[in-house]
Amino acid sequence: MQTRFQGRVWTFGDDVSTDHIISGKYLGTTDPKVFADHAFEAIDPTWAKEVQSGDLIVAGANFGCGSSREQAPIALKTLGISAILANSFARIFFRNAINLGFPVIECEGLRDRVKSGETIELDMARGQVRLPSGDMMPCSALPPNVLEILEAGGLVPKLKKELGTRAAR
Amino acid sequence: MPGQTISEKILSRASHSTDVRPGQIVDVDVDLLYMHEMLAMALLPFNEIGTMKVWDPDKIVVTLDHWVPPPTPEIAKMHQTIRDFCRKQGIRRFHDVGDHGIVHQLIAERGYAQPGDLVIGSDSHTNMVGAVGAFAAGIGATDTAAVMATGRLWLRVPETIRVDIHGNLADRTGAKDVILKVIGTTGDDGARYAAVEFTGSTVKSFPMNERFVLCNMTTEMGAKVGLIEADGVTKDYLAHAGVPFRPIQSDGDAAFSKTYTFNVDGMGPQVACPSNPANLKPVEDVEGTKIDVAFLGSCTNARIEDLRIAAQLLKGEKVAPGVRFQITPASQIIYRQALKEGLIEVFLDAGATFTSSTCGPCFGGHLGTLAGDEVCISSTNRNYSGRMGSPQAQVYLASPWTVTASAMHGEITDPRKV
Repeated sequence: MQTRFQGRVWTFGDDVSTDHIISGKYLGTTDPKVFADHAFEAIDPTWAKEVQSGDLIVAGANFGCGSSREQAPIALKTLGISAILANSFARIFFRNAINLGFPVIECEGLRDRVKSGETIELDMARGQVRLPSGDMMPCSALPPNVLEILEAGGLVPKLKKELGTRAAR
Repeated sequence: MPGQTISEKILSRASHSTDVRPGQIVDVDVDLLYMHEMLAMALLPFNEIGTMKVWDPDKIVVTLDHWVPPPTPEIAKMHQTIRDFCRKQGIRRFHDVGDHGIVHQLIAERGYAQPGDLVIGSDSHTNMVGAVGAFAAGIGATDTAAVMATGRLWLRVPETIRVDIHGNLADRTGAKDVILKVIGTTGDDGARYAAVEFTGSTVKSFPMNERFVLCNMTTEMGAKVGLIEADGVTKDYLAHAGVPFRPIQSDGDAAFSKTYTFNVDGMGPQVACPSNPANLKPVEDVEGTKIDVAFLGSCTNARIEDLRIAAQLLKGEKVAPGVRFQITPASQIIYRQALKEGLIEVFLDAGATFTSSTCGPCFGGHLGTLAGDEVCISSTNRNYSGRMGSPQAQVYLASPWTVTASAMHGEITDPRKV
């Protein structure tokens, strides 16, 4: 499992809801590209075009609040966001992201120490983030059962291994 | 050893443990899994997991609610996929278009959830079902697929926050005003990862339709579940569905991580202003705000009792010129009841529009979305920007009383003055 992520930062505030991440009007499909193309349209209509694979999101408290729509983390993962660091996450968004094998890490206070466009480095194994200034700051460790899902690449590969099943085709 | 809260009791039973405590990770057996169109999203991971069959078709309920009737060919196809899946898997409790309802309401009114059950739903407002004394939590598509395949789910045992509500509310004030007040106090993440249990004389005096409103919007506090102990009111509600009643309550010495106490004596209507459910103001502070749209709908406030309130105010009156007032019942059963009681005629005479049951307008999906310069007062649950349509639209959340009074006057109106 990749545990180090270096990339350009996009910052967001508190209470970023799933309605901000992907609007309800785009949910009438199962095509991840549609979700990706319209990600964060409510906040910045050009964002999905400007974001690059390997970028990171840094946000305030309660990131991903609102609905259970997994299309929200799917949109961000499809765009190539490598990890999300926030002061805190809403519970369903957190589960959904981890289930997709998408790292979401609590890092209290990081939001106030970086700006959009700056580069940071997340070292999940050591539980720390290198700031643009070169200073290090700690981030929260994931609980062992959550880390297990992430290490397996998501809930589906983990379950397949445990159940000894193969995909239905 | 201290006693347990309702949530801890249910999680102990469902995980075959005797004594689970907050913070512990448990694997639970799911008593009921329910889904709406998210089933289509869950089919991708479900097929990938490869068990082929669901773990127990008799423990699954499916309905269509988000896009009813389907507004695009792609969604009509999605409905077909769901219909075929339910038939092939032997899911008998599939409620197709015509027999549908917003899933949480459908689960409640058909008695599919019982006190003490471990209920999992593919929607954030699954919390609503906790009003019958069940542990009812929402999940996303991959978790849904996992439960379909295995009947099991891991959960972190939540701390329980007690919300104690006492006092007699002012006239034309109800559970919606109370829960907006609670959210305005705790913030929209004040109960993140926690179970919220409502107690107190005000809650005990609430009928089930009002209790559902309280638990429904614990989602807007970030809660995992909302709960109310199962008592005589619960028993009477479930009796019509022939559901066996098991009382459940927290032990007297159970540990709560926090207790909020609200004295709502004389409290009047409350409004959550754009664009956060915790942006609370008493109705007096926003009276006179011009509106373009009023919406009475959603799993939060579109039960028959809510429709009766609207009809009581609208009878012989008119919706204000230039205002679009849409009423969308929470289920087909409620639709039929409204028809029987003559409510629909009152709505139509007043110039309101009445639609089939759907979640559509609440999440900005279809059948009534907002333009950028529109201001809406809504009986729904969330008002984050873009929630009900354009990100520029302004949404105020309020009770059925306040929504209807505002529709009649074209501006936010204190229903006590109508």
